[in-house]
Amino acid sequence: MWEQIRSNQTRSAILVAGMGVLLLLVGYFLGLYFFDSGIGGLIMALVVWGVMNLVAFFQGDNILLGLSKGKKISRDDYPRLYNVVEELKIASGLEKMPDIYIIDDPALNAFATGRDPNRAAVAITSGLLQKLNRDELQGVIGHEMAHIKNRDVLLMAITAVLLGSIVILAWYATRILFFGGMARDRRSSSSGGGSGQLIILAVAIVLMILAPIMAQFIYFAISRKREYLADASSALYTRYPEGLASALEKLAASTSQLKSANKATAPMYIINPFRKRGMAASDLTSTHPPISERIRILRSMAGGASFANYDQAYRQVHRSSAGVIAKSALTTAEPVSLRAATPEAREGEPDHIQRARDTSAVLWQLSNYRTITCACGTRLRIPPKFKQSKIKCPHCGRINPV
Amino acid sequence: MAWYFIVGIVVVLIIIFIVTYNRLVRLRNQVRNAWAQIDVQLKRRYDLVPNLIETVKGYMKHERETLEAVTKARNLAQQAASSGAGERAKVEGELSSALARLLAVVERYPDLKANQNFLALQEELTSTENKIGFSRQFYNDSVLRYNNQTQVFPSNLVASVTGFKASEFFEVTVAEERKAPTVSFT
Repeated sequence: MWEQIRSNQTRSAILVAGMGVLLLLVGYFLGLYFFDSGIGGLIMALVVWGVMNLVAFFQGDNILLGLSKGKKISRDDYPRLYNVVEELKIASGLEKMPDIYIIDDPALNAFATGRDPNRAAVAITSGLLQKLNRDELQGVIGHEMAHIKNRDVLLMAITAVLLGSIVILAWYATRILFFGGMARDRRSSSSGGGSGQLIILAVAIVLMILAPIMAQFIYFAISRKREYLADASSALYTRYPEGLASALEKLAASTSQLKSANKATAPMYIINPFRKRGMAASDLTSTHPPISERIRILRSMAGGASFANYDQAYRQVHRSSAGVIAKSALTTAEPVSLRAATPEAREGEPDHIQRARDTSAVLWQLSNYRTITCACGTRLRIPPKFKQSKIKCPHCGRINPV
Repeated sequence: MAWYFIVGIVVVLIIIFIVTYNRLVRLRNQVRNAWAQIDVQLKRRYDLVPNLIETVKGYMKHERETLEAVTKARNLAQQAASSGAGERAKVEGELSSALARLLAVVERYPDLKANQNFLALQEELTSTENKIGFSRQFYNDSVLRYNNQTQVFPSNLVASVTGFKASEFFEVTVAEERKAPTVSFT
């Protein structure tokens, strides 16, 4: 496991460096064109990137959680979810319990964020809480824990910021180029540009168009590999790949889209929030591997839950000799046996109504509603604005104190 | 010239020794941490069991034997709390299977399954069982890596000189422990 993390870090470092070079190139040529000095552009690009990085490092998780409109919960709010997260915290060997957020949205999705394993958060939608049984929830949380444990969360934040910087630079440059071109022309005629200027202009335009696309490709290359690794880790933590597989199946079958997701935050989620149904297996521009393929790999894990088993399953599904897990992580792997389903999962779905009730109760509570149970069994939800001291039960007419 | 050579070799050997020693210490600390986590969860279970018995007692008039078995297993486990990993795993395994039998019998008591107090306890107990399982998993992984380090050359030399001993695994020997028991209505 540890070897895998290290090998991933090297590969990611190379990719991030590649994106950095791209950013500097964009800055250099923009500077060359607009201020007649590449260094000026370089400095500008570095300043933009540096400021965004500082913001991402210190406030990134808060911003993302704010954007997703998640609400933080404590153990008493929802013991079941808290317990499952704590279980996986123990299984993954994380030292600190991550914060837990619930997003009030019927879509099925989840994500992890944070600066490092000691300051991390997992967020999951209320739809997910309603639809998944305990084994499936464990699988999903295991996947998110793996993102935290493998330090994907920080890498995702850094690459997202790099990508964002490149996109912002290119965007402003295009605006200036098209709408502010006049002022520039006057200046360049006095300095006497000629064909050199034209070449720089051409390179700058090509870079402006290509850089965001290339950066996005790099971003996807990083995130896809990490999705596989997170799946493999989840299977290893839970010793039960079927849990995550059947959770992904439910996620894939759901049609509702997450309202609060956007393009920049998409790679964080366990499944792509913007996916189209029936997406082709070779869809390169996707941040996530196709769900059907991830499910098939998890279901093909015969005989064990180790990385070696996942790698073998991956090769079997892809009919290729190249695996997805780094060699160094496989050589030290010990056989890991699978476990059986828990009773809750085996009985089918006995308590999904109860689960839906629990989840909605948590959401009411998080919105500061108070709950009073009337003597006739009716549950009254009192909004925070309600100031009177008594309330009449609409069902039986009894007067209840608030 | 030869002097520099010998001094150089000695320095390199000392560095290797220090690095290996530090790695062994790190791994041993991880084993101890992992063990502390198991311990926390096992203690949590000792605390939960009396509450559970108290709650279900009123409902389960005909299950005295099952309840007594759980209480007995819990007390035995608590008495063995200071013994080694191997011994402890055995008695804790007994407690796990006694509890699993009790929770399986619960299916026959619909009144009990409607009791909020019991449901909360059941959630806690299920989760504690899972946490025991997961912390055991992590502990055994840590022990494996630590033991490997104390056995492979050359770190076994450092380990034997500085007194690092192999740790014991926490293996639950009771069969069917993580599988839920089957209920027969006879």
